[in-house]
Amino acid sequence: MFGPLVCKPGSSRNNKTGPWRTELRPKFLKKECIACNMCLVVCPEACISGQGKNNYDFDPDFCKGCGNCAAVCPKKDIEMVKEDSA
Amino acid sequence: MKELLEGSLAVAEIVRLCKPGVISAYPITPQTHIVEELAQIVANGKLNAQFVNVESEHSAASTVLGSVACGVRSYTATSSQGLFLMAEVLYNIAGMRLPVIMTTAARAISAPINIWNDHQDVVSLRDSGWIQFHAEDIQEAVDLHLIAYRLGEDKSIMLPVMVCIDGFILTHGLETVNMPSQEEVDKFLPSYKAPYKLDVTNPLTLGPLVDPEFYTEARFALNETHKEALALIPKITVEFSKVFGRNYNGLIEGYQMKDAERVIVAMGSVCGTVKDVVDELRKKGKKVGLLKITSLRPFPASYIYEALKNIPKVAVIDRALSLGSFAPLAAEIKAVFFGRPKMPKTISSFVVGLGGRDITRESIKEIFRLLTGKEKQGEFIDLKPELLKESYE
Repeated sequence: MFGPLVCKPGSSRNNKTGPWRTELRPKFLKKECIACNMCLVVCPEACISGQGKNNYDFDPDFCKGCGNCAAVCPKKDIEMVKEDSA
Repeated sequence: MKELLEGSLAVAEIVRLCKPGVISAYPITPQTHIVEELAQIVANGKLNAQFVNVESEHSAASTVLGSVACGVRSYTATSSQGLFLMAEVLYNIAGMRLPVIMTTAARAISAPINIWNDHQDVVSLRDSGWIQFHAEDIQEAVDLHLIAYRLGEDKSIMLPVMVCIDGFILTHGLETVNMPSQEEVDKFLPSYKAPYKLDVTNPLTLGPLVDPEFYTEARFALNETHKEALALIPKITVEFSKVFGRNYNGLIEGYQMKDAERVIVAMGSVCGTVKDVVDELRKKGKKVGLLKITSLRPFPASYIYEALKNIPKVAVIDRALSLGSFAPLAAEIKAVFFGRPKMPKTISSFVVGLGGRDITRESIKEIFRLLTGKEKQGEFIDLKPELLKESYE
C-alpha cells in the first residue's frame, strides 16, 4: 500500500493552505491604491495579484492572514478584518 | 556450485550476482571483508557498478538512498556504530519507499566498546520500517540476499531490506556454500524497474514536507505494506525453492517441534547450536525443539502463534536488551499470546551471548534445564557475578 509519497511538481497548487489562516484576512478597499506593488512584493505566500490602481486582491486559497500587505500599504488602502466580516 | 567460502566473501559474491549498479559503504568491523571484496570485484571489472567511497556511514546510506531514488539497484553494508550513524537516513529510506538492500554484520554497541557479535544494533533499528531478516548460517545469508532483492523491489512492497548476519560467527566463519549460477539468479531476480524515480525529464519530489493532513496516511501505508510483505514472503520462497532447490519459509522455521514440550525461540547463528543440542537431547528421549525467527520485521505473529500455542514451556533467547524493560524478542513473543485462546504454560526469557560471549552447548542445555522450573524473566545465562563487585563510593 502506498500513502502520500511521490509528489508531482506543482502539488502546492492543489494543496490549498488557506484554511491555516489566522482569524484575520486582508480587505482591499480599492479607493486610494496607487499601484505601487508593495503588497504584492511583501506577501510571503505570493498570493496577491493585480495590475493598475485599485485592482489588487489576494487569493483566499493560500493567504495566511499575516497582515504584511496591510502594514506596508503606504495609502492604508488594505485593512485586516475578521474572517467572517463582509 | 559448492565452494568453501568465508561468509563475507559469499555475501560479496551473491551481491555481485544480483548486479547492483551502485555500491556505497564505509568499512567497519566485522563488515569490512564484504565491502573490501566488493571493491575488488568492481575494480577487477567483474561487476559493472559504481563503488562510491564515502567518509561515513551516514554518507553511505545517503548515497544509496539517492541511487535507488534514481532507479538503480544498490547495495550497502554496515555494523553496530555504523548502523546507528546511518539511523536517520534509514528511516528516510523506508519512508521514501526505496528498496535499498543492506547487510548488517550484527555487533554489540558501545560503551564499553566491543566489536563482537550480539543483536543490539539491528534489534534497536527494528522500528525503522526496514524489513529485517536474520540468517542462521552462511548459506541462508546468501539466499536471503536474493529473497531480499526480490521482495524489496516488488512493485507492491517497495521497502528496504536488512539482512542481518551475526558478526564474526557468520562474516568470518567458513562454510561450504552452494553458490547459484548467474543464469539461476537472473531467472529468479529480474532487473530492477523502478515504478517511480528521479528523472529530469519527468520531475517529482520524494520525501517532501507533509502536514498533519497527510503524515498519518503515509505511516499507515508503510505499516500496511509490512502486512502485505508478510503474505508475499512465503510466495517468494516457494519460487525460490523452484529455482534453487532450497526450502525456506522465510518467516519462521520449526525444528523438532511436533511433539516438543520445551522449545527455545531464537534468531541468527545460535539456532545452529540449539539444533545440535536438540539432536543430542532428543537422543536421550527429551522432547525439545527450536523455533527460529527469520523475519523479525514484518513480525510473523500468527505463524508464531500456530507454532507455539500447544507447546507447554517456551524459552526466548535474546541477544539484545531493551534497557529498563523486558528483553525485546521475549516481549514480542509474549504479546503474540495475549487475548488468544491458547498459549504456553510458561514463556521464559533469557539474555545470552552479549558482546561476543560464546553461547555454548552447555549454555543452551542450561536454558532447557531451567525450563523445567518456574517461569524466568530476563534471566542472564553465563553471567559472572565476580565481575560485579566494583565500587566507586
